[in-house]
Amino acid sequence: MPEMDAAKLKEIYATMVRIRFFEERAITEYRKGLPGFIHPSIGQEAIPAGVCAFLREDDYIITTHRGHGDIIAKGARLDRMMAELFAKETGYCRGKGGSMHIADVERNILGATGIVGDGIPIAAGVGLGCKMQNLDRVVVAFFGDGATNSGAFHEGVGLAAIWSLPVLFVCENNQFQQSTPMRDYTRLTDLADRAKAYGIPGITVDGNDAIAVAEVARESIEKCRKGEGPILVVGNTYRTVGHHMGDPGTSYRSKEEVEEWKKKDPIDRLRRQLLENKIATEAEIEEIHNATLRELDEAVKFAQESPEPKVEEALEDIYA
Amino acid sequence: MRELTYREAIREALREEMKRDPKVFLMGEEIAEYGGSYKVTLGLVDEFGHERVRNTPLAEASIAGAALGAALVGMRPVAEIMYIDFSFIAADQIINQIAKLRYMTGGMVKVPVVIRTQGGGGVAAGPHHSQSLEAIYAHIPGLFVVMPSNAYDAKGLLKSSIREDNPVMFIEHKKLYGEACEVPEEEYLIPLGKGEIKRPGKDITVVAYSRCVLRALNAAQDLAKEGIELEVVDPRTLKPLDEDIILSSVQKTGKAMVVYEACRTGGFGAEIAAIISEKAFDYLDAPIKRVAALDSPVPFNPKMEDYVLPNEDNIKAAARELMGK
Repeated sequence: MPEMDAAKLKEIYATMVRIRFFEERAITEYRKGLPGFIHPSIGQEAIPAGVCAFLREDDYIITTHRGHGDIIAKGARLDRMMAELFAKETGYCRGKGGSMHIADVERNILGATGIVGDGIPIAAGVGLGCKMQNLDRVVVAFFGDGATNSGAFHEGVGLAAIWSLPVLFVCENNQFQQSTPMRDYTRLTDLADRAKAYGIPGITVDGNDAIAVAEVARESIEKCRKGEGPILVVGNTYRTVGHHMGDPGTSYRSKEEVEEWKKKDPIDRLRRQLLENKIATEAEIEEIHNATLRELDEAVKFAQESPEPKVEEALEDIYA
Repeated sequence: MRELTYREAIREALREEMKRDPKVFLMGEEIAEYGGSYKVTLGLVDEFGHERVRNTPLAEASIAGAALGAALVGMRPVAEIMYIDFSFIAADQIINQIAKLRYMTGGMVKVPVVIRTQGGGGVAAGPHHSQSLEAIYAHIPGLFVVMPSNAYDAKGLLKSSIREDNPVMFIEHKKLYGEACEVPEEEYLIPLGKGEIKRPGKDITVVAYSRCVLRALNAAQDLAKEGIELEVVDPRTLKPLDEDIILSSVQKTGKAMVVYEACRTGGFGAEIAAIISEKAFDYLDAPIKRVAALDSPVPFNPKMEDYVLPNEDNIKAAARELMGK
């Protein structure tokens, strides 16, 4: 085990559990009839939990349509997230954004985009704003592997690179661009190689190893804070469920492959590490689980009992 | 009073706002020492340095996206897109992110971004450097669209745009940069969403914006000799649109013409015509006329370009038709 204090490791574990349980509960609620659709990140939790473990409260994140995990890891409230999924007035976006657009400006979660890759140049701009105002802050842009083919990735990373901006680009590489596997959309086998094109460091990490992710993140965040950014970190992972609620995730990959990855589940892995190294007891683990389940019951109740927005509010927050 | 060109007035607005507010900064292609393609920002880098007059890569999506990001953390960027034709590369960021972020976060964020760009034909710049694309941006809820027709308006409107907490597409016209008019030394602002009657007249309301205001004023001068009095109404901002000034003019004249340099089909002038028809139909005693570019890309050949773009003769012909002459 690398050097990391017990409290931090338990915190990372609890974050992963919060993400997993939130998404599982969200899926259950969707099956009961919530509007729209969600893009779960089940199997990928180690990356947001590991990265956000070493962000400060005043650091920023920007994420994607598959962003629940990143948002939870940065500290968002589960009840207001759930209320947004329920399209309620008390939701983070007052029912106007939905699953793909949750933001929490108080926690410096600057939003999530439904256009793959678009958060990357925006994150560069956040980094620019921090640098110009001498704010000692770092911004993390989370995105999937599919985004690395977008022009926005190329333009955004390029801009951050020439201006040495404090941006950590974190690719949550689940190895599929929706249903298309990596081998069909790039000749690269290591997406971190793309960093060379911009003259910045590119680091690959096992994205199912929360401790490894956290170690890389801690070092990279500090480098960005010292003006040595930007840095690209690619966490290789796997989404063990479908692309969204309507996709069973079985037509473009084998059951065996999915089962293999389930055996590498990042939450199970950290739990074993915590127990084997006597960092946490079974009872503590169980309490983390139970506390999260209780919080989610409350969150769902809050969402259910919250009022719908008035339809006329559709025309609020438009100024031109 | 002193006169300034449109170019100088815009530069002065930028300089004054940058002096007033250290959060205001410029970013765009070739805007520092080179001064921008039309030299609007010339000299500003000497005054404010490269930190606040930032040359960017030729990567318009990152210009717009980074402007948004900087605005989210308290800066007030003025991003330049060299030609509005290039704005399509940035259009995803402008339309999907900049225009919508305040809305889709339920009002949680402010987006004080100004996108300065320029469009229009008249310099034989060909199909990729001559378009008039304002209708595309005016179509998107959340974006202010400003199109000044002279130096005085350009300065006052740009200063207001920079102080606005919502995104503004500030669309200049390349053929107006050298046009001068009186611009006072003392500070002034022009509110967004307020039009102005550029020439009063009793016979026909001519709604025109950007360079078409000049064309309409020239035509009005000639037509006055024939006894036809045009009232030239310049909305100055398309979004929000000053409907009152247009409708009250139509109520007075009973005849309306809309002049715009964009292609006729789906142009913003069509929207103005629809508003007049919806809200002032009872006052009209003739069908509304549209004078616009032909539905064609803007060709390179200068004679062909003149043929495609609307001109004074088109306005005069439409006016005579409206008057039954």
